[in-house]
Amino acid sequence: MTDTRVDSLSTGAEAGAGLGASGPPRPVIQIVPLKGLPVVAVILGFLVASIGFNWRWGLDLNHVAGGALWTGIDLFVGLVVGPILGRLSIPARAEFSARFMPKMVLLMPTLVAMTLASGFQLALDLGNLKASSPNHAWLMVSFIVVGVMAVIALGILEPANIAVLFEMRKPRPDGEVIARLMKRFIYTAAVTGLMQVATLVIMTRVASR
Amino acid sequence: MSASHLDAPAGATSRPRFAPVAELGVAALVLVVIGGIYMASYAPRRPPLAVPIGLAAASGALLVVNVVMLARTRGLAWDKFFLVGRWTLLSYVIAAGLIEFAFVRDHTRGGPLVVLTAMLVLFAVDVPLIISFTVARFQSARSDAT
Repeated sequence: MTDTRVDSLSTGAEAGAGLGASGPPRPVIQIVPLKGLPVVAVILGFLVASIGFNWRWGLDLNHVAGGALWTGIDLFVGLVVGPILGRLSIPARAEFSARFMPKMVLLMPTLVAMTLASGFQLALDLGNLKASSPNHAWLMVSFIVVGVMAVIALGILEPANIAVLFEMRKPRPDGEVIARLMKRFIYTAAVTGLMQVATLVIMTRVASR
Repeated sequence: MSASHLDAPAGATSRPRFAPVAELGVAALVLVVIGGIYMASYAPRRPPLAVPIGLAAASGALLVVNVVMLARTRGLAWDKFFLVGRWTLLSYVIAAGLIEFAFVRDHTRGGPLVVLTAMLVLFAVDVPLIISFTVARFQSARSDAT
């Protein structure tokens, strides 16, 4: 899941304005940063071991660290970085996005996997999934919240993210294509932000009972 | 610096129209996600399987229709489709494998495991299909694209 909400390059043909011959050189875009793959492998290995051995500290670490980073990055990018980017010059937006979005291709799916897999295991271990648990209803709501975010991230945002990166790798990127794809991030930002706030409310509620 | 083509006015590029593969893919994904939530809501008990089977079947039918429509598509950048498709398929097979592992580890057995596995297969095929189609459709319009 790639929940980057970079609303840079988002306003139609303006995406290309300023990226002419006088602009700075465009960075070479690596769609999947290969140097990050070993780190992801180690994290996923730790996650599998935590689940396999039912290692409580490992499950807590994966769930709390993964969830905090997922929610924090999502809200920070959507509410802070995105609006700032929107006020930058077009070349600055393009350069930032070219360096930022590939990292999100690796970062966000890893954080989501850490959070969800360990969270389900914790809920089972703690008995929160039992129908008799006072937290059962809250967890059902959190499943729905995660389901909505999953559909948005996997079905709408990640395809757009990868397609934008492919377009930006071209010698002559098409601003219309990039703008059209980036509009998805703007349209879904409110829903994703709302879901993340709901997640914070639900999880703090569950943890306090 | 050769990005001046970004200055092209909106609408200047004519693009072929494609079948709604991505939209149907998202619909199939929604069905699988609903089925997964339904089954997870019963954990650790054994869930009734009629609803998830129905959702998985409907999702599978949408996926089949999608693949048929895709196979009949002309003008798609098939090289990009398969390039993106094989790597995303690999990553989502790994992701689905992780989820399967977690459920097997939690003693999910029999019918629920079969339905869950079917849903994970749908998930692991459907998402790469959406991603690779989305990339390929936007790579297919111009001869000077690459």
